[in-house]
Amino acid sequence: MLEKALVGNKKYWMFVFFLLVIIGLGFLTYLCQLSQGLGITGMSRDVSWGLYIAQFTFLVGVAASAVMVVLPYYLHDYKAFGKLTVLGEFLAIASVIMCMLFIFVDMGQPFRAFNMILHPTPGSVMFWDMVSLGGYLLLNMLIGWTCLEAERKSVPPPKWIKPFIYLSIPWAVSIHTVTAFLYCGIGGRSFWFTAIMAPRFLSSAFSAGPALLIIFALIIRRISHFKPGYEPIQKLAQIVTYAICINVFFVLLEIFTVFYSAIPEHMHHFKYLFVGLHGHTGLVPWMWASTVLCLFAIVLLVNPKTRKKEHLLVIACVAVFIGTWIDKGMGLVVTGFIPNPFDTVTEYMPTYREVLIALGVYGIGALIITVLYKIVLAIRDREIAN
Amino acid sequence: MRGEGRVRTCIGEADDCYVSSSRAQRGDLPDALWKGIAVGLTLLAMTQNALLKAIVEDKKMGVKRRDFFKIAGVTALSALTATKAVSAFAFGPSGHGGETVSKDNAVRWAMVIDTRKCGKGAQCKNCPSLRACHEAHNVPDIPNKKHEVKWIWQDSYDHAFPTQTHALIKDELKTRPVMLLCNHCDNPPCVRVCPTKATFKREQDGLVMMDQHRCIGCRYCMSGCPYGARSFNWVEPKPHIKKINRAYPVRTLGVVEKCTFCAERLAKNQGPICVEACPEKAIVFGNLNDPKSEVRKILSVSDSVRRKPHLGTSPEVYYIM
Ligand code: SF4
Ligand code: SF4
Repeated sequence: MLEKALVGNKKYWMFVFFLLVIIGLGFLTYLCQLSQGLGITGMSRDVSWGLYIAQFTFLVGVAASAVMVVLPYYLHDYKAFGKLTVLGEFLAIASVIMCMLFIFVDMGQPFRAFNMILHPTPGSVMFWDMVSLGGYLLLNMLIGWTCLEAERKSVPPPKWIKPFIYLSIPWAVSIHTVTAFLYCGIGGRSFWFTAIMAPRFLSSAFSAGPALLIIFALIIRRISHFKPGYEPIQKLAQIVTYAICINVFFVLLEIFTVFYSAIPEHMHHFKYLFVGLHGHTGLVPWMWASTVLCLFAIVLLVNPKTRKKEHLLVIACVAVFIGTWIDKGMGLVVTGFIPNPFDTVTEYMPTYREVLIALGVYGIGALIITVLYKIVLAIRDREIAN
Repeated sequence: MRGEGRVRTCIGEADDCYVSSSRAQRGDLPDALWKGIAVGLTLLAMTQNALLKAIVEDKKMGVKRRDFFKIAGVTALSALTATKAVSAFAFGPSGHGGETVSKDNAVRWAMVIDTRKCGKGAQCKNCPSLRACHEAHNVPDIPNKKHEVKWIWQDSYDHAFPTQTHALIKDELKTRPVMLLCNHCDNPPCVRVCPTKATFKREQDGLVMMDQHRCIGCRYCMSGCPYGARSFNWVEPKPHIKKINRAYPVRTLGVVEKCTFCAERLAKNQGPICVEACPEKAIVFGNLNDPKSEVRKILSVSDSVRRKPHLGTSPEVYYIM
């Protein structure tokens, strides 16, 4: 089926070329990081994880969110999602690959990455994260490909794939839970040390992922003969609505616990995020932007009149995506290190080279999605033509 | 001295050659297996609970004799597996830092730092211990604070004990320098999180060690350590070492490092170099498991504290205030 990605119009090739340029730039910058070390990033002795690990965390959520189309279709027989499941699964594939790449570019000794397999350490959550992510990638490749192959031949998917699909549902939850455990199992970082980390991860994932899927579906409707219908998109919009409301609720739970108990170790991190600490306010504008975006999105989504208008829905989805991205992709990881164990503040700002490398990884993800979606659309175009 | 001959130090030109201990000492596999089994058992216990529920619901009309045994058996089994799983998951000592000295090994190295003596001498301006350590271990002196590598350093009381300070503490205490270094925790979170066992606790004497050949530079251990004791080689260290000590390896880019309690010297029956270099005799080192050792004697008569004891890491560096 891959050959279908090799035929396309001029716009398609221009887009692919554009992505290749971004990937190339990222790759060249990565070579520079390889030779000079991670010192070219904004990370430091105090803030030892930054943009890369944050993107990894965010994208695990996007990957997990495929379950939000798979589950209604297979467990509740919600037929309208039939055509969208494969889009969800392919989004998951691209996201998991990006996650792995972000871990890879964050390593100080990437050529030793296999030490994680050569010396398996089940006491380390990172080991389990590797297992769950790898498994999820394989599952989605198997399911996505098999179902698409069946669709191409205009036959129902084979029976043996069903157990794998059912397995992929709890597995999706597991990848984000295990990723939350990476953080909330660390007692010394009080910002992360909260049992609500995993639920919060899931709720933000289930809002950002489907929001992205809505945006993709609307783009697809414009550029191809396959027209994702009004109904499944509205259903996805409902999912986004619930998830983003629950997400904000979880954040409020956290804020209550932290500020009512008033334990300084816990409060300091939140203060840094929203008002600044010891005169350092690097993330404050971002976090308020995130808050405003999420609340704005909730207003648009909760009101059925606005949610049902697709041009407003798309604005809400973009707001949800950017809002949750700031929260997880910028705030979550870095704030765990601020203040540091000495109660002093070292701020973090990614360098432009770090950003280029991250963009390169996103470019690879975008290319994978483009190619996979191209195949899906080519098959559907032919179906429609017949 | 126990532990002798168990540490291999590479000497010579090798760039990133480093102290590593014989692997067999660490119980690599059994430990790995146990943690793995723990997860398996937890899942098993969950399934059993579900099964139990199903049986109970099925037989709501009245439990027959045979079913009763079924239920009893399942219950017992899940209780058993759950306990096992939980104990395998529980990494730390119980209590709030008040746990007793671990008894399972003959040697448990520990350090006692008398902060009352520290910084009082004529030479203290340019701490000889600090210099001796960093020179002996080829610790680079990197001007950019963000890329700093340090094994032992001084900070203020406020920063060393951020949860045990207040606005009105006496000035003398506020300005008293506190020596900071890896605590060689008895229950080290850095070891727990490392995905490759590149950092590990030596069974024979409790030292928390690093294998720089294995470290992948993921820096999970730096997130795990609540004491900021670990440094990462953000930049090539070699150009920042004034005089390379040929008897000790130089680290490579992209790995984590920290104080080793001078494992290479312990192997030769010598104490850590910072202890030797301190003109005020403010640092004492010894075996905590030996009731007659100097560290035990000092601890039994002075007011001592440890950093962040509430985290249950059980640090083995004690401070006399
Ligand atoms: S002080 Fe930090 S690096 Fe040292 S053993 Fe304890 S947790 Fe590990
Ligand atoms: S940086 Fe090295 S020592 Fe630290 S957790 Fe990763 S592999 Fe282990």
